[in-house]
Amino acid sequence: MPTTQSAPDAGQLLALYERMLLIRRMEERLKADNAAGKLPGAVHLYIGQEAIASAVCLQLKPTDWITSTHRGHGHFLAKGGDPNAMMAEIWAKRTGICKGMGGSMHVADYSKGILGANGIVGGGFAIATGAAFAAKLDKGDRVSVAFFGDGASNQGVFMECLNVSSLWELPMIFVCEHNQFSEFTPAATVTSGQIVDRARAFKIPTHVVDGNDALAVWDAASQAIARARRGEGPSFIEAHTYRIQGHLEAEDLMLGGQKYREKTDIEVWKTNQKDPLPRLAVKLVEGGHATEQKLAAINERVMAQVENAVKFAEESEPADPELPFELMFVGQKA
Amino acid sequence: MARKRYMQAINEALHEEMARDPKVILFGEDVELAIMGDARGLYEKFGRDRIRNTPICEATLTGMAVGAASAGYRVILHMMFSNFIYTGFDAIGNQMAKLRLMSGGQAVMPITVIAAYGGGGSNAAQHSDSGYPALVNLGGLNVVMPATPGDAKGLLKTAIRGSNPTFFLEAIGRGGEQGEVPDGEYTIPFGKATVAREGKDVTIIALGSMLKPAMAAAAKLEAAGIDAEVVDPRTIVPLDQDALVRSVRKTGRVVVVDEARDRCSVASHISAVLADEAFSALKAPIKRVTVPNVCMPYAPNAERGVIPNDERITQVATNLVRSKAA
Repeated sequence: MPTTQSAPDAGQLLALYERMLLIRRMEERLKADNAAGKLPGAVHLYIGQEAIASAVCLQLKPTDWITSTHRGHGHFLAKGGDPNAMMAEIWAKRTGICKGMGGSMHVADYSKGILGANGIVGGGFAIATGAAFAAKLDKGDRVSVAFFGDGASNQGVFMECLNVSSLWELPMIFVCEHNQFSEFTPAATVTSGQIVDRARAFKIPTHVVDGNDALAVWDAASQAIARARRGEGPSFIEAHTYRIQGHLEAEDLMLGGQKYREKTDIEVWKTNQKDPLPRLAVKLVEGGHATEQKLAAINERVMAQVENAVKFAEESEPADPELPFELMFVGQKA
Repeated sequence: MARKRYMQAINEALHEEMARDPKVILFGEDVELAIMGDARGLYEKFGRDRIRNTPICEATLTGMAVGAASAGYRVILHMMFSNFIYTGFDAIGNQMAKLRLMSGGQAVMPITVIAAYGGGGSNAAQHSDSGYPALVNLGGLNVVMPATPGDAKGLLKTAIRGSNPTFFLEAIGRGGEQGEVPDGEYTIPFGKATVAREGKDVTIIALGSMLKPAMAAAAKLEAAGIDAEVVDPRTIVPLDQDALVRSVRKTGRVVVVDEARDRCSVASHISAVLADEAFSALKAPIKRVTVPNVCMPYAPNAERGVIPNDERITQVATNLVRSKAA
């Protein structure tokens, strides 16, 4: 594997930690508010996977494109989406980033290159590839990133988009977040071989990294982004991680006492040795980039942001029920 | 005015719109050789950045159209036969038709999907479908079905310049037919039906490929002393309901002709609209002439047996006008 293109400087490291923590705290609050019955729809939480979205997106420009998944809050926030507008969207308010028409699974901010979380597993591949094609035609240095899970890697469009991207040398970065579960099914029972081999078959450079090691993800993403910006074509990153929460928050109800994994396995991934946040915190402190007090101050700032977002959502007006009739078409009634 | 073939008129629209706006790109399978005829000469003129052969991967092409359009291009996706829309349906049904609302109006998707539909060429069921009722039902898509060369050119230009995903459906059997095409620059707005023939006894509403047999039927009916009015909606979404209702209020009788299978056809929808909006003016039941609920057979005689033709239309219209029960 090539050497590091650009290791994060002290400022970037702290920004990375803060973004990961913002995602964690937002998700924890959504978990609580969901349990309290405050949210109208399902939420799929990103807890435990924060290093991946953050380490990739902090190296992107606002003009770069991303597509995300049904587990998309982390990518939205990592790419610079507004926490207030995201929270209001999940609360189905008219101040939501999608005016309450999309909800948790569909947070998008086109002005920041966020082409949306997507409720269809694998739905983002071709959209990102189309945006990468546009970027190629523009002859600029924009790149396009498709975040997806191990589950989506079994969709046919994954192979189709690997093919087109490689063939046309598109500025695409495929980021597979291997969180070990395809909804309620362990990945190994539905996935043959190694996912990374599928990308290799199309002659696409690959990186397999510990997805809970933010710096390892940063390094792989740095190389992939640089390659794409140079116009040399796509890259594939397989980041191994673990989905701490269920497929969705109402999971226990749906499972009705059945299980697809052991509670003890989940606990292992919550330990300081596995959790991406303490792992990065240790590096920050040991590297002399931050003190414990500094990290505590970041946490306080993030907590205030979360409180602020919830307050904003709570106090906002409900969505406008007339909006669907206005918004199906541009300049044309439904 | 000059007489031109249907495919020629479509080709002219593509050339003119690509010359007019450098953001217009066209991709699809075998478009560089323009195998369907409508894209002829584009590759030579506009080059590979703007005209590009793709792998055979419709599920990706429809999604790429969404992505490239969201990233600022005016995308023309050529899907050859409308049956291939089925293989690309996920991004059509879940993304193209949905993202504008789901994004709270952020997504703007200037996409024109071109596909040829219909039977008559012994292409069998996987190359002859008229699957547009499914598109009509998705909500966020415009569906355009030009019957004449002049309308094809004007409607295609409107589609390409527009800001909404639009399916431009070519009547496959009409490609070689000639018709008047206005000289110079013109566009035709969506949602404006045209009266192809005025009459007072019965209205025949004919969709796309069905205009020709409807006009032939009207000529036969005239010989039998029945004065038929033929209305062509031209676009199905948006649908010019007012024009259809106006004609039916005038004649009191209506036959809706559609090459889709009868069950949940566009003819069924139009019939329901007319039952709601023109009930008091009706002198007879609303009649549909459609493809029966079968797949398009290969054998020419069997195929002829299921596609609506002038004889069936004439028969149904005659019964409507002459029926004592009416």
